[in-house]
Amino acid sequence: MSSVAGTLVSTRSTQRRRPGRVAAHLLLGIGGFMMMVPFFWLISSSLKMPHEIFRTPPVFIPTVVRWENYVEVLVDQPFLRFLRNTLIVTLPSTAGQVVAAAMAAYGFARLRFPGRDLAFGALLATIMLPYAVTLIPVYILFKNIGWLGTFWPLIVPYWFGGGAFNIFLLRQFFLSIPNELEEAALIDGAGYFTIFSRIVLPLSGPALIVVLIFSFLQHWNDFLAPLIYANKYDMWVLAIGIANLRGSLGARDTTHLMMAMSTLMVLPIVAIFFVAQRAFIQGIVLTGLKG
Amino acid sequence: MLTFRRKEALWGWFFVLPAVLGLILFQLGPVIASLYLSFTNYDIVSTPRWIGLANYERLFTEDRLYMKSLGITAYYSLLAIPSSLVVAYLVAMLMNMKVRGISIYRTLWYLPSLVPATVNGVLWLWLLNRDFGPVNYFLRLGGLPAPAWLSDPNWTVPSLALVHLWGLGNSVLIFLAGLQGVPQHLYEAAEVDGATWWHKFWNVTIPMTSSIIFFNLVMGIIQSFQVFSLVYMLYTPPATEAGTAGPENAALVYVIYLYRNAFQNFRNGYASAMAWVLLLIIVALTLIVFRTQGRWVYYEASKKR
Repeated sequence: MSSVAGTLVSTRSTQRRRPGRVAAHLLLGIGGFMMMVPFFWLISSSLKMPHEIFRTPPVFIPTVVRWENYVEVLVDQPFLRFLRNTLIVTLPSTAGQVVAAAMAAYGFARLRFPGRDLAFGALLATIMLPYAVTLIPVYILFKNIGWLGTFWPLIVPYWFGGGAFNIFLLRQFFLSIPNELEEAALIDGAGYFTIFSRIVLPLSGPALIVVLIFSFLQHWNDFLAPLIYANKYDMWVLAIGIANLRGSLGARDTTHLMMAMSTLMVLPIVAIFFVAQRAFIQGIVLTGLKG
Repeated sequence: MLTFRRKEALWGWFFVLPAVLGLILFQLGPVIASLYLSFTNYDIVSTPRWIGLANYERLFTEDRLYMKSLGITAYYSLLAIPSSLVVAYLVAMLMNMKVRGISIYRTLWYLPSLVPATVNGVLWLWLLNRDFGPVNYFLRLGGLPAPAWLSDPNWTVPSLALVHLWGLGNSVLIFLAGLQGVPQHLYEAAEVDGATWWHKFWNVTIPMTSSIIFFNLVMGIIQSFQVFSLVYMLYTPPATEAGTAGPENAALVYVIYLYRNAFQNFRNGYASAMAWVLLLIIVALTLIVFRTQGRWVYYEASKKR
């Protein structure tokens, strides 16, 4: 991991070719600017008068900045309830996913037991498994245990499993920790759980943060599972709430409100990215490189 | 008294138990159940009725819409995967030219990939709007034709690929890390031999990053065959008049059609057959890519443990 981080950080080199680098700046800059235009459009539209959205040529900077759109979303629209529902789902599923993934990763990385490689192989193979295949039987399972109409189907599965990618990433990290400390603790009579919670986890902060962030994003952004399991009005999460805002006010167009709510949904993600940029980039790189 | 070995094995199973239980309960079990259901007629309410291969027969002989959805998904994959791989690789190469301010560029190119599908739908519905959208505004400024992206059946799939392209940041970062890992001395050696830029690219850069290209390709295949949320967002009435799969069903990607069968028409046996065909397609494509990797993927000897 440290070598990966090292190559990521060190970007300076002594040999450079001028014209090539100017062209690189130009292309990266223009392309990067184009990548930002949709964000700009999102925020700009969220501050527009409703009719300004239907203009040709399009209005890029609203003539009057309508903060009232946000007030309407926060006060008149059930944004806060959508947010609460999203958190009800996201927080426990993320927490459970990280714990389950860390435990499994430790078991697969450090302990020898019969069936280990088979179980790990089967787990990795599920990366290929389309969710569409498990969708219907899992739905029937939750129907039979009476969990339809509750948030449990969106939470409990993540307490069991943690996700193949997360387990893989953490296992990779645990393998890179020198074994001596754990062996010494074992000789001193420490149990495996103590070693796991007192030695391995405290040494794995960066990797755990990576898994925490990706897990959080997965649940925050999820659309299909809430669409199936949280389809009652009271249970709508942000993703579903925004989708259903469309046409919800009869003749009144809701685009500006959808844009405002979308901005509010994206805001925490961008904030997390800026706070934990390093962890983000390392996480992506680790899952990619060692895959 | 437990032996040391026994104790380790017991604790091993303790640690992986939640994950293995989940694997059985929510993955392997359902896969088997799904296979069984695919041979039945099942509407969730009454008990499944065994009908043998009838679902599969119907998929491939009678259901025109199914064949259409298969074609649309393949078309989408063929557009989305190569375009985003090539662009992401080029962008990563530019970033790897030791330019100053790389962290800013990295952020700009990466951020869009964090946007949830829901927001993508809301946003691109307007960005690609034929009359009021900024994309067509700029195209008209440049004197280019301004297609009716989302409402013209011919442009529907390219539109989806375009939105997918916006989220290529993940691949860029993975490629960039791969490129930064190419040992400098290989380039120096090539330069000593008088290699041109193209030779270095073709004989050093590509082979040394081929395992990462391979990884992105496999993940691209797995993901693009399962695209759902974006299409659902773009084409759920009253977003457009066109209905859940776009104009003339031009956006009827595989999982949208599967979802429609399962959760709207309650033909769960039929949908399960679709799901199993999807699984076989993904496994087959992945295996093909894995099989051919020996020919084009270069692994360093030291990496092969």
